[in-house]
Amino acid sequence: MRGANQARRSRTSRYRSVAALAVALAFTPAVAACGSSGNGATTVNVYYAPEEHFQQVVDQCNAKAGGRYNIVLNTLPRDADGQREQMVRRMAAGDTDIDILGLDVTWVAEFAEAGWITEWTGDNKTAAERDTIAGPLQTAKWKDKLYAATKNTNVQLLWYRDDLTPTPPTTWDEMTAAAKQLKDQGKPNQILMTGAQYEGLVVQYNTITASAGGNILSPDGTKAVLDAGAVKGLQVLHDFANSGLASPSLSNSFEGQVQLGFQAGNAAFELNWPYVYAAMNDPKKGNPEIAKHFKWTRYPGVNPGEPSKATIGGYDLAISSYSTHKPEAFDAALCLRSQESQKYSALCDGVPPTIDSIYQDTTDIAPCDPAKSQDRPNMAGAYPMKDTILDALKTAAVRPITPAYQNVSTVMATILSPPASIDPQATADRLRKELQDAIESKGVLP
Amino acid sequence: MSMQSDMSQSVIGADAVKRSGGRGKVVLSEGKKAERKLGLMLIAPAAIVMVAVTGWPIIYSVWLSLQRFDLRFPEKQAFVGLENYGTVLSNGYWWTAFGVTSLITVVSVVFELVLGMGLALIMHRTLVGRGLVRTVALIPYGIVTVVAAFSWRYAWTDGTGYLASLFGQDQALLTQRVPALAIIILAEVWKTVPFMALLLMAGLALVPEDLLKAAAMDGANGWQRFTKVMIPVMKPAILVALLFRTLDAFRIFDNIFILTSGAQNTSSVSMQTYNNLIKGLNLGIGATMAVLIFITVAIIAFVFVKLFGTAAPGSDQEGRR
Repeated sequence: MRGANQARRSRTSRYRSVAALAVALAFTPAVAACGSSGNGATTVNVYYAPEEHFQQVVDQCNAKAGGRYNIVLNTLPRDADGQREQMVRRMAAGDTDIDILGLDVTWVAEFAEAGWITEWTGDNKTAAERDTIAGPLQTAKWKDKLYAATKNTNVQLLWYRDDLTPTPPTTWDEMTAAAKQLKDQGKPNQILMTGAQYEGLVVQYNTITASAGGNILSPDGTKAVLDAGAVKGLQVLHDFANSGLASPSLSNSFEGQVQLGFQAGNAAFELNWPYVYAAMNDPKKGNPEIAKHFKWTRYPGVNPGEPSKATIGGYDLAISSYSTHKPEAFDAALCLRSQESQKYSALCDGVPPTIDSIYQDTTDIAPCDPAKSQDRPNMAGAYPMKDTILDALKTAAVRPITPAYQNVSTVMATILSPPASIDPQATADRLRKELQDAIESKGVLP
Repeated sequence: MSMQSDMSQSVIGADAVKRSGGRGKVVLSEGKKAERKLGLMLIAPAAIVMVAVTGWPIIYSVWLSLQRFDLRFPEKQAFVGLENYGTVLSNGYWWTAFGVTSLITVVSVVFELVLGMGLALIMHRTLVGRGLVRTVALIPYGIVTVVAAFSWRYAWTDGTGYLASLFGQDQALLTQRVPALAIIILAEVWKTVPFMALLLMAGLALVPEDLLKAAAMDGANGWQRFTKVMIPVMKPAILVALLFRTLDAFRIFDNIFILTSGAQNTSSVSMQTYNNLIKGLNLGIGATMAVLIFITVAIIAFVFVKLFGTAAPGSDQEGRR
């Protein structure tokens, strides 16, 4: 009797737990999908690359939204390929849970052509373009329409030591001559740049080609031209790689290795992004001895008397076509890239702003990490090279704008690597053929 | 796949029993007929789900491979017949990857067979701590491939890795083609030798002790007993182990993805398919590659079963299957 009772009880309890589970399962997706947070504000999901203090920017915008929307930050993987893959997969599946996408400047055309991101029009467009530097703004456009708002930009500079070369070179020829002279004197002489088989090498080649007045693709991105300037660019890369002035591990150098190599003290020149300034001055990981003489100038040009055209990096914010609350998403994106937000990110995360007036700004902001330091950063302190960056941005070059940029980049990195085995004319012919296939999405990616 | 072959085997077995009982014509009683009908109806849902789950993606891949289908150019989508196959098969990158994959497959499977056989003999012969020996030997197989690949990568990274420092400074072995391929094969072999050994050990258990004793009585030495007695008896197990590993090795992906991401021409066909599908978003070309891999794998399986299955000495029903 007792046994039967027990059995019944355990059965009812099992039924009860099954029922509870079913109820839970039935309601969970509904709760997750309704897109509202507890206080009734619309949830705006942002997918963005890791940036240490971006959550603070999000919090500031949420405070300003006054309950109209609540931005939730979803952090993407650290590597660019991983970021793009995750967003591409979600967009291809028509995911409605993603509202704002943080796009590397090279992805805008791709996402726009595929119909995954919404055009910016009217007041939103005006707000996104106001006071924005022309170069970065160009990366947010596709077929003369604005598809994103610039969030931050970036541009490579030439870093040198004023104890070795008091007057920095302005062209590649001057730079190699200076390095040769240092070599003859037995002083540190290496020229470091990103030469591994990846986007970093493509950026260098794009900068050199643009500085030589050349074109890789036609302006509308439909033809692989590889003109005389592009061949000249290959020549520069080839000569440099075979000059004996490059690091022996050139074909394995990423940004990090380049910076560490310079800190080690064997190099005279380094072509890298501005983050290296903070890295060099880092009390723990930097090198205070070299930091004293660590100076910067524009990326070297190719033709004498012509300033270089450095390649623009950075991130843009776009609104998903599948977003179910676009008005809020546009407002949230505008807040995330507003003057105040960009200044905060520039000072706390070291990403150069795309809004012109920030470069003249002199006021300081609250400490980034109050727990660690009470320093109130300002532009002059955090960006002593801001005028050089701004100069470089005004004459900068964008990477070829095409929806198939991923293919273009993969093919270029493969063919240009290793730089020492470039044969300018033959390599240009091969690039022309394979890039044409790549932009028509016909060829096979390696 | 193994499930299917098991099923067909048991069905054949049942038929054989019936036939031997009924001598020629099989006459089924009403009850038997109803029973059989019920049986078919009971397995139908499972069979339909299996066909749908395995069959539909294959058909869809083939259909995709006949189209120009790039997610970034939605309006250019069109039926192009066999054009994608022409593009892939006339492409240097594809054949490089195919060569690399074949090389990795052959070299790693040979090493795995030899080392796996050794490990299987050790595990089979151990007298003390048998359970412990087997467990320890199986650890590499129990580690997730990606995790193992990461530890290999860090071990071979210049400056920080303990293995890289054995080969001197400034080497960066993973960025040179031949050393990188060797490291990939090493990681593969390390990972799957236990699996090979496990399959071979099952074969070793089939070798009757009497047979070995009789051979020893007849004056066969250890090597002769191994090659003339054990290997022929184990042949079906060796064949299965080789087939599984060859098919697996040909689809190698995770080790390469982590160790080199395909740089310096170390891409495998699966890596390249992934690059074209997921990075390139080119469903047409990607599906074409997937179908080509499918065909290659099918050919490998066919060759194994037909060629080695029947022609080897000492093969019987089991070998022919």
